[in-house]
Parts: sequence; C-alpha cells; structure tokens
Amino acid sequence: MSALARLPTRRDEAWRYSDLDAAARIWPVGEPERLVVAPGESRAMSLLQDAASGEAVIRDHRIEIGAGGSLAVHLLDMGGMLGRVTFDVTLARGAHFELKAALIGAGAQTIELVTTVTHAEPEATSEQIVRAIAAGQATTSYLGQIKVARGAQKTDAAQSFKAMLLDRTATANAKPELEIFADDVKCAHGASVGELDRTALFYMASRGLDPARARALMLEAFIAGLFDDMADEAERARFDAAARAKLEALG
Amino acid sequence: MEDQGNMLRIDDLRSEVDGKPILKGLSLALNAGEVHAIMGPNGAGKSTLAYTLGGRPGYEVTGGSVSFDGRDLLAMAPHERAAAGLFLGFQYPVEIPGISNVQFLREALNSQRKARGQEPLSAAEFLRLAREKAALLGLDMEMLKRPVNVGFSGGEKKRAEMVQMGILDPKLAILDETDSGLDIDALKTVGAGINAIMRAPDKAVLLITHYQRLLDYVQPDFVHILAGGRIVKSGGPELALALEREGYAEVIAA
Repeated sequence: MSALARLPTRRDEAWRYSDLDAAARIWPVGEPERLVVAPGESRAMSLLQDAASGEAVIRDHRIEIGAGGSLAVHLLDMGGMLGRVTFDVTLARGAHFELKAALIGAGAQTIELVTTVTHAEPEATSEQIVRAIAAGQATTSYLGQIKVARGAQKTDAAQSFKAMLLDRTATANAKPELEIFADDVKCAHGASVGELDRTALFYMASRGLDPARARALMLEAFIAGLFDDMADEAERARFDAAARAKLEALG
Repeated sequence: MEDQGNMLRIDDLRSEVDGKPILKGLSLALNAGEVHAIMGPNGAGKSTLAYTLGGRPGYEVTGGSVSFDGRDLLAMAPHERAAAGLFLGFQYPVEIPGISNVQFLREALNSQRKARGQEPLSAAEFLRLAREKAALLGLDMEMLKRPVNVGFSGGEKKRAEMVQMGILDPKLAILDETDSGLDIDALKTVGAGINAIMRAPDKAVLLITHYQRLLDYVQPDFVHILAGGRIVKSGGPELALALEREGYAEVIAA
C-alpha cells in the first residue's frame, strides 16, 4: 500500500469514520515514516500528538520487525481538529510488537488510530491496548486489523479497546478485524464503550471531591498504567502530564 | 425542639425517586453530642433518607427543609455538604478501580480542607493520619494502598468506610446500615470505631439500621421508628429493645 494519491472517501475502510474535510486541507500527505527493527533488536518508540486545535495531523508509520526483534510503542493522541495516527506493522518469525495508546478528544475533534499488524511468519506475538475518551462532539475511533499469514503458526495476537463517552453527543468507533490463514494461533480481541459510573461519581462527591476533579480522577484511572512501562522516565512524565492537563480541561 | 442549636433539623421533608414519593413529611432534630438511631421495616424510606440528605442525584426533594449547622443543606452540592462536615456511610460502599484509597482520601480530605480555608496535608502527614485510623479499625494499611473497595469483602468495605470517616473527621455521620454484612467481631470493632471517632460533644451520629444489634455497641440517646416515609414513633434506647422483642407491627400499633 503506497500513500494514496487521491483523497480518500468514506468508502475506503480505513477512513470511514474520519474527518475528510480536515484531511483534504493537508492532502496529499507524504510517504509513511519507516522503521526497520533488526533481527533480535529491541526498540521503543513514543509519540505524543498534541497539535494545536485548528490543525490537521496525519502520521503514517510503516514498520518491519525482524526475526526475534521487538518494538514497544506508546502513543498519546489528543491534538488537532483531525489527529490521525496509523501503524502498518509486519512481524517476522518470533518478533514482538506492542502498542499502548490513549486517544482523547474534546470539542469537535476527530482522533483516530488505525493499526494493521501482519504476522507474516510463525511464532510472532503482538498486543494492542487502546483506551479512548471522547467529550463534547468529539469522535474517537480505533480500527485494528490483525492478519495472520498462511503458515504463521503459533501466532499470539491480542487486542483490547475500551472507550469512555463523557457526553451523549460524543462518539466512539471500534472496528476490530481478524484475517487468519493459519490454524494453530491465538487471537484475542475485545471492545467496549461505556460511560462514567454515576454511583462512583456520587460516592466521590460525598467524600468532598468536586465534580470536575472526581471526573478527572476516574478518567486518569481509566487510562492509568498505559504509560507505566515507558523506559524513559522523563518521557513518561511528559505523557502523564499532558494527559492529565487534557483531562482536567474536559471538566 | 429549639431551632437554635440543632446541628441537624429536618422539617416536613418530602422526596421522591423516579416520580414515586418515598419520604412523606419527615421531621427530626439532632443536637451536637447526640447519637440517634433510625429503625424501620424494609421499604420504609431509610436509605432514601440517607441519600436525600447526602444529595444523591435522582433523589428529588419535593418539599420541606433541612438545616445543618444553621445552613440550608438542600441548597448545597454533595461535595459542599461533605466540606460542611457531613459524612454519609454507604450501605454498599462503591468500588472504584484504578484509584487507591490513599490517593482518593488524600484528595478528598484536602478538597474539604481547601473549601474550609485550611492548608492541605502533606503526603507524610496524611499517611500518619491514615495509619492511625486504619489501626483503630483493625484494617491492614496495605489495604489502603489498593484501589477503593476493589476486591474487599463485605466486612472489609464497612471497616474501610469507617477508616474514611476517621480520616475525614466529620461533624455529623449518617450511617446507612453500616452493620449489615458484619460478623460479631467486625461489629464490635466497627462499633468501637464509631464511638472513638464520633462520640464527642461537638459531633452527632444518625445510625440507620434494621436491627438492634449494632445498638448494643453504639448506644443511642434517641431511637426513632421510620415507617411509610415519616417518623411514627420516637423514644429512648428501650424502643429498640421493644422492636427486637415484639416486631415493628406491634410497636408501631401500640
């Protein structure tokens, strides 16, 4: 898949929930950022997308992980009118890919994450943990595709998506998709969309927390742990602070 | 009863849930230094009284007034009632995954202190306080490092609830069926905890309970029977004993 020359439409699966008007403003986008993880090598990558509110952002990634190599990605996607991040990952034998992502949208933002993880060879493992929070008229979407190639036995792939809607006008989309051409594999996926627990909010208020702080605490808890295993302490602190500031502003 | 000096004064309180009237003209007054028990059959409106006083959304006041320390309680938001010194002990304490007791209670206490114009407690000061109250209630300090009520047994939740009360140090505690789900040993500990935290000349307790047994450990000065959404009988501790002996129907009819 090379970058689309023409502007995508809703008929393009990976764009069905997107903000095409915002995308049109920066079209055409450049080639995807490429990353090759050498066999046996362990790499980490972090991306904090906090563009100014009027901007449109599209960040595509094409990643190959060699045999026995591994890549851990942390993503906080929360900026821009359109904040779209995509990962197209191909795993060789015994490779490992994990993605921990928080998508936070407010106002009229469209925040979306698209992953395609291809287990091209046997014994590779992958995991995506995605948490989304949408307030106002925002849309948060996760389109996650897992492909297991013919012969890629002992694949172990897991995907978990949970979304929280703060207002009746907010939207969360989940589109898990599994395409499996091998018979000895484990592929787990789960998706849920919910609202903040009102009983818990009242319980917190009854102990003296004001509604905005109670809500922010529950949302921090909802995405807690996603960034805990970031090796770079300073980077982790930057992610936590950015997420906290965004959540506080939702109140 | 005098209007002046009542810590809590409820006059002709009416409230409804989902459009259904539950409290139908309830009046009650508590003074500082007193422990009152409210007993009543299932469906009498006991929990509705607790939630209405706590300001829970969905419990709509349709008439009457409540003053707390001379202020209009019903005009305050739930967190403002807490900062004013009201503590609501839940019959079913709520689980909050991902937020530790320590973080939750420190934020809650410091929010209350801020609202009252007091300095926040430091992490060290807070931990010292939490450790002291946990020891008082026989709750392992390790439990307070875990998420709020998550994975706690029924008895542990009630102890934790009383630890929260000890830390927040309210003027008035409204305890909704705090005795339910407790075995005898836990009942003794919780009873002793309530006495240690709340038996003071400037504090008051409203114990809402179905059974007399907690009253063996926390002896009330006054006992009221709630039935059909109002107080139908008031008396001293002997009223609770009569209820235990003769049942609600007999005592209410007498």
